[in-house]
Amino acid sequence: MSGDEIKKLQEKAAALRKHVIQMTCAASSGHPGGSLSAADIVTVLYFHTLRHNPKDPGWTDRDRFVMSKGHAAPVLYSALAEAGYFPAKYLKTLRQIGSSLQGHIDMLSLPGIEMSTGSLGQGLSAANGMAMAGRLDKKDYRVYCLMGDGECQEGQIWEAAMTSSHRKLDNLTAIVDHNKYQIDGKVEDVKNLNPFEDKWKAFGWHVIRCDGHSIKALIDAIDNAKKTKGKPTVIIADTIKGKGVSFMEAAPLSFHGSPPTPEQEKQALCELCKIEDIKP
Amino acid sequence: MSEKKLAATRDAYGKALAQLGKENPNVVVLDADLSASTKTAEFGKLFPDRFFNMGVAEQDMIGTAAGLAACGKIAFASTFAVFGSGRAWDQVRVSVAYTRANVKIVVTHAGIVTGEDGASHQANEDIAIMRVIPNMTVIVPSDSVETEKVIREAAKFHGPMYIRLSRPKTPIINDENYTFKIGKGHILRAGKDLTIFACGIMVAIALDAAEELAKKGIEAQVVNLSTIKPLDKQLIVDCASKTGAVVTVEEHSILGGLGGAVAEVLVENCVVPMVRVGLKDVFGESGKPDELLVKYGLTAEAIEKAARAVLKRKK
Repeated sequence: MSGDEIKKLQEKAAALRKHVIQMTCAASSGHPGGSLSAADIVTVLYFHTLRHNPKDPGWTDRDRFVMSKGHAAPVLYSALAEAGYFPAKYLKTLRQIGSSLQGHIDMLSLPGIEMSTGSLGQGLSAANGMAMAGRLDKKDYRVYCLMGDGECQEGQIWEAAMTSSHRKLDNLTAIVDHNKYQIDGKVEDVKNLNPFEDKWKAFGWHVIRCDGHSIKALIDAIDNAKKTKGKPTVIIADTIKGKGVSFMEAAPLSFHGSPPTPEQEKQALCELCKIEDIKP
Repeated sequence: MSEKKLAATRDAYGKALAQLGKENPNVVVLDADLSASTKTAEFGKLFPDRFFNMGVAEQDMIGTAAGLAACGKIAFASTFAVFGSGRAWDQVRVSVAYTRANVKIVVTHAGIVTGEDGASHQANEDIAIMRVIPNMTVIVPSDSVETEKVIREAAKFHGPMYIRLSRPKTPIINDENYTFKIGKGHILRAGKDLTIFACGIMVAIALDAAEELAKKGIEAQVVNLSTIKPLDKQLIVDCASKTGAVVTVEEHSILGGLGGAVAEVLVENCVVPMVRVGLKDVFGESGKPDELLVKYGLTAEAIEKAARAVLKRKK
């Protein structure tokens, strides 16, 4: 992977982040913090990793991506729009009555979405089902599932984690957006997940830990997962809630489920343009 | 009591599933460690690649079924009624119903006739909590013959479905020529004085009650409302307006199930005196199925009593 290619992906991630800020501000609601922390992961998936075709969302051989942390809908919608599944102008209808861009992800309302989510903990089971169907049909598509770290407090995640390893689903890669915060506080204070890597290992998974804001590290981790046979891989991606916007990084709990004010929006967009050296 | 042949609806399910497996390679089956009891084990033996035992993890089973369905499979997911409805309710709601997934949740051991296992294992609320979920179809077959037909229709129908079956052997009341249609009630006995709407194993008992009532000069119409949702509203209104009195009979709480569904239709379209026969907002207990039916008022005698009570209020 060349420096130019990495730069392009970084720019794409910045574009997604800007969409997230603009959408949630336009909606006066939504979840910017966990969308920004996942922006690099979602960018790598949609603009590097996934085998998909925006002109043919139902292509049976496509890779599947399940966004289990359904509140990060804004970053997924941004990626789908940037990839060409629908015009970017629709992004500003987020959370408005009659819009296809539901507050949490609804697979029936938009093309390119594989599973409806929002009630945490359900995506990994669905991803397992997709991986099992792929194996049954002798398809070589891969399945990716992005979860939040707070989400891993849900029991169903661990029921599903047992299924993935029991069935040796090496066509499945789970990614945890490990931004260390949930609505009520630090994950470690609310209900500690640690030793997090050991938990996944004990559940029979191949575990990779990486910087969730390094395009190269994420691509390397996904390549590593693809090469891992006989067991599922989880990438624990260390991220920062609100990544890319200084005042959101500094106050992650204020922006879990609340958008910036109009003044903050300007500052956020300005910072995002500066960081990636892109004109506003 | 009548001298009818007996068979368990869950056995009919197992057989129908095995047959479907032969005919349709897209049929997959999931179970949560109860395959011997739900009768999915036979399918598992015949088609091991398409059978997934998910262990004691009903929420994961339902979510996995949704994932399989999203990739074109017709997913039958089975466990006991308490677990398939209550334990996994949110998974049924979000992963299955909200997505209109082609998942058939076929549960066994519904109601108090589950018997000796006691209240924790007796689902008396499942019809209520399943029928309130949008996009969900809810079916309670009346016997093994109807069950086989329901399962075949379920495989043809695209979308989520909850099918409620029972543990014990119960009377066969339908003949093989009966045609089951989703959403259509079936008049099993004509009568002019009142209509008894029943579902599941209570249909046979309602027929017995009608027989007894007839001996005493009361002509009760008996309707099998095996599809609780979508409900056959036209038939309910027609029967109610024709007979002027209604009794509902279900092996389920009188809250929110068949009785509740029929009451909703009548109160808006054709108000007639009505009595609901079912569990009166109580948990069950351990015991033999027949003992429990007597103790909790789910007998032909109880239906007769309800019929007399409703007729007193008929103008």
